[in-house]
Amino acid sequence: MSSKSPQKSATSANSLSRQLGLYFFIAIVLVAGLLFALNQLAGLMGTATQEAQAVDFANNSISAVLREEPPQLDSSKATDSTSGLVLGHIMEGLLRMDLQDRLSPAIAERWEVSPTHATFWLRKDAKWSDGKPITAADFIFAWQLALKPETGSEYASLLYPIENAEAINRGELPASALGVNAPDPHTLVVALSRPIAFFDKMVVFPTFLPVREDFYNATQGRFGADAKDLLYSGPYVIKSWVHGASMLLERNPHYWDNNRGKLAQINFAYITSDATATLNFFKDERIALARLQAENLTEALRLKWPIRRFADGTVFYLEFNHREGRLSRNLNFRKAIQHVLDMEELVYKVTKLPGYLPGKSLFPDWLIGVEKTLREEYPASTVNVNSTKAKAYLALAQEELGLAEFPEITLLTSDNPVSNIQSEWLQEVLKQTLGLTIKIDKQIFKQRLAKMGAGEFGLLLGGWGPDYNDPLTYGDLFASWNLNNRGRYSSAKMDALINTAQNATATPDRMQAFGAIQQQIFDDVVILPMYERGVTYVVHPQLKGVKRRVIGAETDYTYAYIDPDA
Amino acid sequence: MLRYTLKRLVLGVLTVWFIATATFFGMHAVPGDPLSNDKSTTAQIRANLEAKYGLDKPLITQYAIYLKNISQGDFGISFTQENRQVNDIIKEHFPISAILGILAIVFAALGGILWGALTALYRNRWPDSVIMFLVILGISVPSFVVAAISQMFLVNINAFAGTTILPVGGWGTVWHMIVPAMVLGLSTMAYLTRLMRSSMLEIVNTDYIRTAQSKGLPKTRIFSRHQLRNAILPVVTVLGPAIAGITTGGFVVEIVFAIPGLGRYFVEAIQQLDYTVIMGTTVFYGAFLVFMVILVDLLYGWIDPRVRINP
Repeated sequence: MSSKSPQKSATSANSLSRQLGLYFFIAIVLVAGLLFALNQLAGLMGTATQEAQAVDFANNSISAVLREEPPQLDSSKATDSTSGLVLGHIMEGLLRMDLQDRLSPAIAERWEVSPTHATFWLRKDAKWSDGKPITAADFIFAWQLALKPETGSEYASLLYPIENAEAINRGELPASALGVNAPDPHTLVVALSRPIAFFDKMVVFPTFLPVREDFYNATQGRFGADAKDLLYSGPYVIKSWVHGASMLLERNPHYWDNNRGKLAQINFAYITSDATATLNFFKDERIALARLQAENLTEALRLKWPIRRFADGTVFYLEFNHREGRLSRNLNFRKAIQHVLDMEELVYKVTKLPGYLPGKSLFPDWLIGVEKTLREEYPASTVNVNSTKAKAYLALAQEELGLAEFPEITLLTSDNPVSNIQSEWLQEVLKQTLGLTIKIDKQIFKQRLAKMGAGEFGLLLGGWGPDYNDPLTYGDLFASWNLNNRGRYSSAKMDALINTAQNATATPDRMQAFGAIQQQIFDDVVILPMYERGVTYVVHPQLKGVKRRVIGAETDYTYAYIDPDA
Repeated sequence: MLRYTLKRLVLGVLTVWFIATATFFGMHAVPGDPLSNDKSTTAQIRANLEAKYGLDKPLITQYAIYLKNISQGDFGISFTQENRQVNDIIKEHFPISAILGILAIVFAALGGILWGALTALYRNRWPDSVIMFLVILGISVPSFVVAAISQMFLVNINAFAGTTILPVGGWGTVWHMIVPAMVLGLSTMAYLTRLMRSSMLEIVNTDYIRTAQSKGLPKTRIFSRHQLRNAILPVVTVLGPAIAGITTGGFVVEIVFAIPGLGRYFVEAIQQLDYTVIMGTTVFYGAFLVFMVILVDLLYGWIDPRVRINP
């Protein structure tokens, strides 16, 4: 090769590159043929994404994104928020929350709750999507279904206030023993096992949605698995559902209420959890609403989009391990930490996420008390950050515990950007002010749950979201018997207060009990509330009337409409 | 040949059994369980769930039941999507990953071979430097970055054109596939380019090329018949595992471009400790990989007479 003149090798390289060019051409033809074949193949499989347009006025249709494939549309078993969102559009129960978040009639046109019974009178024009009337029997069947042990419903315990429900769930009584009956097809009488003042608020939850027996049996164990395996009672039906890809909702022609379901179509055109991808779909005018995450908030701000905020009702707090032998069992130790953590600093200066509120109480801002909000009626106590006081508490704790110096304390957290910032802040503040050494133990979801359950932590970043619209959904968390009390806090006083909150029937008495629970959490430093989570999002300017909810469908399009002039 | 094939198949089945067993015990050794959730359930409800899924039985019994079921091709029902059979999940979502994977591997293989040949041809001249620089980029930049950048690029192109040139995400037509497939195949293409280049350069100095030259064969003929054909061999070797890797490794691309492929289920199942889906996808992919490797070995004998197996 080396003997050849440069001239000759250049010409041969030219002829070779011409040959290579021919191969390129063949390759392109090959790829084009392959693309055509694959296109045909993909078309055959029927997995195509519906053509998405953020807002389509002509067809009265909008497109949106779902964060994940809805795992469970069988209402007796659903627990997660994505399923809750879809169920909120396709199903309706006895009662619902209106646009002002007040309890309002739905399939039941009126209702009554007494200490022993709850009675619901069903409207006669409510129909299933196949045109048959919705009757009391459909509710009875659904509730019995959720309670049967073999169903394995995680939220069956929400039905326990009904007579015999718990025994049925234990398998001690047959499902037919449930304390519900229908004197006529449009009246549902529920016998309560104990007085429960807020039973009407609980029936809004998906577990209480109706299921029709003949339809359920006809699906042969596939109820809720596909669009055809569902019978709809709400304003929308699922027109097509391509697993993992898209879900198209269409107005239910048999739905009774003309004030809901104004949009003819809701096209959940994409299913992805990726925040950047979601924002790209929004920019490309493919979806009408996009949730903003910490990582793409700055871009939205730079583009000067009108950013909306909403508190999603979840509170986050620092949990102490109250188990025997743990440092944090010592009250003065907990008080020392209480006196150095400034949650306003955390929310406004450290995490700096819009919509977040500094934590003051286990009970978030939005809960209703007797007349005003619970927090207005029972303001939460707060402490001023004071490191001198904190050091004094810590010295006391050290003496009581008989320690020469404090050992390393483990902080269990999840592994995501927001948790990382918070745990590093905690580590830094506790080191600087109290000289405590914190070891951050980051764990992914299931591993963290396992460690939480086993009590393998000193401190824990915990959180709680509501199941139903009553302060008790938070209030019973630190009962000694509650398994979600991860630190195993146990106090006779707390248990007594929770008993009152559960069993009293007069609202003022109950709210007073919640006020006392809030005070007890503060006095005994059971936990340290850190913040109430906020959600930020952007909406297409022509889409109006989207309701964000703390309970139920987080994003509710059932009242939404398109305003072409906006 | 037949005996060899049979031997490989038996060994393949053993490998898959080993994968299934290792995954089963490994998965159960991971702390946490598929039934735990943000909110704890009461002891009664937990017991009901354990009974429903057979998790209350001893591990070895579960293993026996499990082996019996997979030998009949039944992977059970998913823990997170309770009403769906794992078989259905694989059946519905694997073809999508496969289509995307085929396209990606075609991009990767054709691109790798052609770019590799080109760089070898223009060794140490500017096309070589430029392509090799891009190759280093392609190998070292992770796919989530490439995916996000290319998607942003698509948004900007569409906004600039005022119409949809290519969809930003979703699935269904060939237009949905092109960019995701390129992103998915990029690192393999880069790897193959390097491989192709070095094997081309190695072959230039072999005796048979010299013989061909001395026989006075035209340059183009030496190039296509002797150089290219022999240089492709190592590429074919890595293609088998690469196909399996690409069809399984599509997780990031599938999430970013909202493509309903199996890669998503594969990764999410592990995060959720969804035992049945983990087992189903792992065994399925394991079997797929083993099959591809056997296939490549058999193909190898067909392409290269030097490694033809003696019966």
